[in-house]
Formats: sequence, C-alpha cells, structure tokens
Amino acid sequence: MKDDGYAVRAEGLEKRYGEKRALDGFDLTVRAGTVHGLLGPNGAGKTTAVRILSTLVRLDGGRAAVAGLDVAREPREVRARIGLTGQYAAVDEVLTGRQNLEMFGRLFHLGGRRARARAGELLEQFDLTDAADKGVGDYSGGMRRRLDLAASMILTPAVLFLDEPTTGLDPRSRGEVWDSVRALVAGGTTVLLTTQYLEEADRLASRVTVIDRGRSIADDSPDGLKSRVGGDRVEVVVAERADIPRVVKVVARVADGEPEADETELRVHAPVTDRVTALTDVARTLQDEGVRVEDIGLRRPSLDDVFLRLTGHRTETTEKEAAA
Amino acid sequence: MSALDLTGPAGHGRVYWALADCWNVVRRGLTHYRRQPVNIAWQLGFPILSVLLYGYVFGSAMRVPGGGDYQDFLMPGMFVMTMAFGFINTATVVVYDATKGVIDRFRSMPMASSAVVSGRGVTDLIVACAELAILMLTALVMGWRPDGGWEFLAAFGLLLWLRFALIWLGVWLGLLVPNPEAAGGLFAVAFPLTMISSIFVAPQLMPDWLGRVAAWNPISSTAAATRELFGTPVGGGDSWVERHALLMAGVWPVILTAVFLPLAVRRFRRLSR
Repeated sequence: MKDDGYAVRAEGLEKRYGEKRALDGFDLTVRAGTVHGLLGPNGAGKTTAVRILSTLVRLDGGRAAVAGLDVAREPREVRARIGLTGQYAAVDEVLTGRQNLEMFGRLFHLGGRRARARAGELLEQFDLTDAADKGVGDYSGGMRRRLDLAASMILTPAVLFLDEPTTGLDPRSRGEVWDSVRALVAGGTTVLLTTQYLEEADRLASRVTVIDRGRSIADDSPDGLKSRVGGDRVEVVVAERADIPRVVKVVARVADGEPEADETELRVHAPVTDRVTALTDVARTLQDEGVRVEDIGLRRPSLDDVFLRLTGHRTETTEKEAAA
Repeated sequence: MSALDLTGPAGHGRVYWALADCWNVVRRGLTHYRRQPVNIAWQLGFPILSVLLYGYVFGSAMRVPGGGDYQDFLMPGMFVMTMAFGFINTATVVVYDATKGVIDRFRSMPMASSAVVSGRGVTDLIVACAELAILMLTALVMGWRPDGGWEFLAAFGLLLWLRFALIWLGVWLGLLVPNPEAAGGLFAVAFPLTMISSIFVAPQLMPDWLGRVAAWNPISSTAAATRELFGTPVGGGDSWVERHALLMAGVWPVILTAVFLPLAVRRFRRLSR
C-alpha cells in the first residue's frame, strides 16, 4: 500500500476474543492531516481497532496500513511514525513530568541532550512548565492527560491515536485537552480519536466513523451525522399527563419530524432545525394555552440518538470492551 | 525532527539499542528509588525486622542439630529469604506498569521490547545487591561473624543467582495477576513457602515428611550452600540434596529459569493477542 493521501487505511479488519468478534470486517480510511473521530459505545470495538492500528495487537483478518506501512509486516517502522495515548494516562506516576519526557525521549533514541531539549519544548507547548519538576502523582487528571499527549508527540508522529482522551475528565480539563489536540493538528499531525461523546467528535473531527459491534455503520461529517439524526431537539416536560396530547400537537407545528412522547417521564421531544425560533414558539404557545410546563429546552442529539437512528437499537453501555 | 532519525547515529545495530534501551529502563527503576526512598526502607524494613525478631526473640530458644550457633544458621537464611521475597517486588512493579498502560506505551514505541523485561531484571539485581549489603551490615552489628575468607563473595553470587532466577517468576506473575492489590496477596503464598525450608529451622527437627519437603525446597539449598561458604556450615542434614547443597544452589536457579523464563516470555507475547 503506498502513499495515497490516506494516513490510515484499514480493510475488513477482524479480531476475535474467544466467541466474541471484537472487530467483524471493520473498514476505516483517514485522510492525512485531518482529525477523524471513531464514535461508538463501550464494547463496539473502538479500542481494539486502535490497538491493532498501533501494532499492540495482531489482527486475525483483513489488512491495515498506517502512514503507508503495513501494520502486520512492518510494525517497527509503523511504531516510529505513530503516537498513542490510551484510556489510561500511561505515564510514570513516580517520576516528574520532565523525567517522564526525558525517559521516553531517550527510549525514542534521541540521545540524552536532544531528549532533554525536546522535553523542555514539549513541557512549554503543553503548558506544563510550572509543574515540570513535580511528581506526576500530584498532577490533576487533565495535566496527566496533557503529559501523556506530550509523550506521544516526542517524535512529532505522522499519525496520533487518541483512545478516549477525555473520558473521566472534568469539563475544564476536557477543554484543555481539546485545545492541545487542535494545536497538534495545526502542526500537521493526523489524529484518530475514539470517543463516546458525539459532542467531542463534533468539536474536533472533520469526519466521523460510527462503529457498532465491530463494524463501521456510518462514515460522514459531523454535520451530516447530526442531520441524519435530526439535529437538535426541542424538549418539553409537563406537569400533568393529560396535557401530553396538546403538547404533542404544539411541538408538531415546529418540528422537523414526528414528536416522540414519553408517558412515564411526562416528556415530549422532537427534532427541529431553526432551534431558537422553535423554542420560543413552543414556549409562547404553551403559555397561551395555559399548559403547566415543568421544563422546556433544547437538547443536542446524544450518541444514543445517533445509534437509535442508525441501528434501530440503543447503545449497550453495560457491554464491556473486550480488549479493555 | 524526522522519523528517520530514530535508529540513531548510523552504525548502531539492534544489540546496541537493546542494551541502550535496557539501561534507560534501569535508570527509570533506580530513579524511582531515589524519588521514593521510603520504598527501599519498607523493602529493607521487613528483613531487618525479621533478623532482629528471629535473632533476639527466637534465637535463645532455637537449637541447631549437631550443635552450633543459631545466629550462624539464621543469618544466611535471612539473606536467602530476602532474595526469595524479591519476586514479589518484581511482580508488583510489572503489574503496576501493565495495568497503568506503561507497558503498552513502551510496546507502541520503536524501542527494543526485550528492554521492558531486561531493564526490570537489571534494576532488581542492583537493588538486591544493596539489600544484601545492608542486611550483612545489620547482621555484623548483631554479632554475626562469618569465618570464611573470600568465599563470602561466592555466597553473595549464589544469593544473586537465586534472585536472578526469581525475576522470571516475578515477571510471569506480574503479567498474570489482574491488579496491584492481587500482587500484594502473593506475600501470603510466599511466606509459608519460605517457612517450609531450612531458613529458620533445620529440616531434621521437623516431622519426617515435612522435613523432606523442606530439604528439597530450592531456597534450602542456597541457604545451606551460603552457610558453608560463610565458613559456618551448621545444621546441615545428611540426605542427598542436603549433602550436595553447593551443587544444588547452582542447579535450582537454572531449573527455575528454565521453567519461568519461557512462561514469562509467552505471557509477554500474549499481550499482543
């Protein structure tokens, strides 16, 4: 496979763990110089795909090329061109941030002097200079993840794999990690990002592959995906069950599709395009009609909504990632 | 920085990088001890405490078959016990690195993958040297006086030889157990195994069947062999394995390595399954 403008090209990847097919004919193409989102619930095969593409795990079938090199035949050459930041911050908790980066730099064969210089650059780039000589054990979750990213960037890899880089982070740390990822892409690195959050894919990725049960079930831009699930939804929660039919009628006037009513949660929701007009319209009409409203608002489509629309089934969040 | 730089200056082959990578992993291990000196204190605290407890508390009540000083019997046993428990330290570090994703990071890098394990092993041997030196000083302070000459270096070597063999057991267990908490539980298994040996009590004093098991415990051979080399050959039995302690102290670690090295390598390879 040669250089054809794709940083990652995977065809029909298969991986079995006993009876379970973690990947079942998974296809993926990632254009060089872009951020590509791999979106799916726990157990869909995201981590397995990343572990195969980053040469950590052997594939059972299909073939994959990263930076133009076959992952099965040339793993060492692939490793020289990739960075990997997994679900855990894979940094040494006892060493300081600087000691971590210097150690990884030497293990990337930079030599002591260049490893030290590179560590200094990266600490600055990832805004860790102040904490550079503190033990990583004292770092916040966001700082740890940034150090992990910095360690993946020591050789300025052609392709960077980020496996759920913000899972378990608070919103502020999440924002910090997102900023770092944007900066990396500006530097020319291709990023493959796995995530369970549609919002994260939306914010960072120019293209998104949705994975379910080891297969890619959609490959589209974030806007394209959102328009498939109907984009934003207006949502009304009423006080009295008897009001639900009236609310459905009101919501239907502004909605793009059939409103859905949840009788037990006393909730009515429907997809809308012109979000603000729709919301004010619904609010005004319900007030005029004297309907008692507990809550009203706009909701962005969640991964659950995407899944329901694409597969007809809800995400199986209880199902654990086989490779985890 | 181009990706092509990473094989380093031209002329360096795989062997060079395997050694260089190993050394860098060793540096990491030693930096751990420098940053957390309390860890090495804990690691040494147990054997030092044992030397004091067994030496002073039991020492008065213990007797050595055939006569001889219990201290001469106990101290080499203590050195062996410290080496034997070392595999728990190896396992703990390995399971920690495996569960925290550090091993995965190493494996995703273009470094020699053997360095992940060889670096661990060299670190553990360096730490074992420090442990033995401190324990021997403690023993000397307590009045232990080995009679041998330079043979004590051979004893030192046999102790490290045992520790070397147990690195592979440690790596294998570290990759086998699911989390660091489980590695702590290994102590509960290791402790009785060291008791059923010639470390604290001569096997002849045990019930017949237990004594036979204790005599064949690999660490019993190292204990008896080092007692000989320290010039204080007390408490030896007359079964075949006890009469050939020096030989068996060399052979047992070979057997242990032959069993656990392939198991550890297989387990390491299984990471990519």
